[in-house]
Amino acid sequence: MGDATFYDLFRRQGISRRSILKFCGLTAASLGLPPAAAAQIAQALETKPRIPVLWLHGLECTCCSESFIRSGHPLVKDVVLSMISLDYDDTIMAAAGHQAEAIIEEIVETYKGRYIVAVEGNPPLANDGMYCIVGGKPFVERLRYACRDAQAVIAWGSCASNGCVQAARPNPTQATPVHKVITDKPIVKVPGCPPIAEVMTGVISYILTFERLPELDRQGRPMMFYSQRIHDKCYRRAHFDAGQYVEKWDDENARKGFCLYKMGCKGPTTYNACSTVGWNDGISFPIKSGHGCIGCSEEGFWDKGPFYSRLTQVAGFGIEANADTIGRTAATGALAVAAVHGGLSAVKRLRDTRQRDKDEQG
Amino acid sequence: MGYIFDSTSAVDQGADPDGKKENFYADDYAKPVVADEYRSVYVYEAPIRLWHWVNVCAVITLMITGYLIGVPLPSANGEASEWFVMGYIRYAHFAAGYVFAVGILVRFWWGAVGNRFARQVFYLPIWSRRWTSELAYQLRWQTFLERKPLRYLGHNPLAHVAMTALFLYPALFMIATGFAMYSEAAGRDSWQHAIFYWVIDIWGNTIDVHLWHRMGMWTIACFVIVHVYAAVREDIMSGQSVIGVMFNGERLFKRKF
Ligand code: HEM
Ligand code: HEM
Ligand code: SF4
Repeated sequence: MGDATFYDLFRRQGISRRSILKFCGLTAASLGLPPAAAAQIAQALETKPRIPVLWLHGLECTCCSESFIRSGHPLVKDVVLSMISLDYDDTIMAAAGHQAEAIIEEIVETYKGRYIVAVEGNPPLANDGMYCIVGGKPFVERLRYACRDAQAVIAWGSCASNGCVQAARPNPTQATPVHKVITDKPIVKVPGCPPIAEVMTGVISYILTFERLPELDRQGRPMMFYSQRIHDKCYRRAHFDAGQYVEKWDDENARKGFCLYKMGCKGPTTYNACSTVGWNDGISFPIKSGHGCIGCSEEGFWDKGPFYSRLTQVAGFGIEANADTIGRTAATGALAVAAVHGGLSAVKRLRDTRQRDKDEQG
Repeated sequence: MGYIFDSTSAVDQGADPDGKKENFYADDYAKPVVADEYRSVYVYEAPIRLWHWVNVCAVITLMITGYLIGVPLPSANGEASEWFVMGYIRYAHFAAGYVFAVGILVRFWWGAVGNRFARQVFYLPIWSRRWTSELAYQLRWQTFLERKPLRYLGHNPLAHVAMTALFLYPALFMIATGFAMYSEAAGRDSWQHAIFYWVIDIWGNTIDVHLWHRMGMWTIACFVIVHVYAAVREDIMSGQSVIGVMFNGERLFKRKF
């Protein structure tokens, strides 16, 4: 931990200067920054004091870490991993047990206000946080402790950003996204289940090199990766506009690669970079593989199903009730009432007219 | 000036045939014969009538195209470049959406400058004992518990409830949610984004905005069914012109009915 700058650290790990500069160029490009930014990043790495990162794991499945270490470019992976791995990350660090736990305390004490906490997963709050114990303590306590003097917090994945699967109804453990527990620190949300590797490395490189958070949208997500919907950049969009849809799995239209809207694709309501950055070194993403987007980076996506139908079900109206089943029932009811009421009105009118005629004659 | 709920006052309880006084009891069928068969009062000014029918066209277009946005037509075949089915449906929806929204704006403006009947739809005078009791009367009339209807220059209380709670407020909701979704495609530098994007944050996930926008459509569909039925029924049954008012603006009170 003695290294003063990231540059020192990389050099000690045997990464050549050439590779570091290459990394700076790649990072600048992936962040959509102008070429001059590469030099800026390089300078920052060489001169700025290194910022330690604590990577905590709460209630989660580690898919964010899995995604992260599969970052497409090997160089990015090496550099970024060495940027963060040496401080604390319980799933990939070498130290274990008390030795490992001591690191958190050490960082919090020595780097007050100058370290980053990256959280994967979220704290369950029910029963005093007993549903997630790490190092003998409820995760929520460890999270609060680690964040106390942090400069900023990165909420990795949908768990930390908006609760994800464990927060789906009825959420028995009361899994709670990070921003509802840590309310006094700047938080970057990087939703997705998992987020795209390049998005993760891009965000962390940006924060570490520029020592500030990237521009965020209203929900706290970095604009450079989350400002457009999958649908806005989907290569099947031409079929959407044309009105050409896959009607059934494995039908002719599926073979032709038509739009997956009718199969429940959530691309039109999902903010993420899959349709631009792609997955696994840009090889593919769900829609390209023939499956609709399930909207995994969106708030409460697990409860917005079904995944395979366009209209979502409405909570509280029983299974399979969507806007159309409810609306159609109500409209049919209105029509029926009008018909019956109309019939009764006709009878009344007939009786009234007869009565009046009688009165007038009499 | 008179009471806030003047325009909803029942007309059959006094005598002010010309509607000059604030409480216009235009026609009293219980009184001795009046010279002419009908008595008529000018109620809805031209901008209201024009707005009503433009609005009808916009709403019908919005409901049909909106329905098809969520549940699209069977797929077109051939080259994607030869078709623009969903594109045109969405285009029609947005065009009608603008007409609809501008219409509501114009309607608000006319509410400010028009006669007092132009203001009636904007709120429900639930604090008025008289209004609530007449609403109860209207409900009894509709369930055949009263023999004679109360007659109004403006909307009767029940129609008023429907127009305000089932149309006007849902309409504002449709505009807010509609433009919020529109802003997602228009982009972050659009005025739609600046004005309406916050609506998405109420739910956090746009898919819910789609869901409730669609529920809003069904709400308005139910309104239209009841509204059109009631207009026809009251035109025949309530001893006053109803449908005609939205064409020529004149409320006719029939002496005999
Ligand atoms: C009476 C008024 C309206 C009705 C009945 C209506 C109905 C609908 C319906 C049923 C949908 C499909 C929702 C879904 O299943 O995803 C929809 C979508 C939409 N509406 Fe409306 N709407 C109305 C007003 C508006 C207005 C004023 C705007 C603003 C321009 C608007 C903009 C949109 C947009 C942007 C969509 C989403 C289109 C897409 O996902 O491709 N709507 N509308
Ligand atoms: C999409 C369909 C329709 C919508 C959304 C709609 C909406 C409305 C609204 C909001 C008002 C209140 C006007 C105001 O005070 O500013 C109104 C009044 C009225 N509408 Fe419609 N309308 C529709 C269709 C129709 C149709 C088809 C008819 C003809 C049968 C009709 C006849 C009337 C009449 C007669 C009134 C005046 C009611 C009264 O006398 O108090 N409407 N409508
Ligand atoms: S496949 Fe999904 S994201 Fe792509 S155009 Fe169709 S609906 Fe939009």
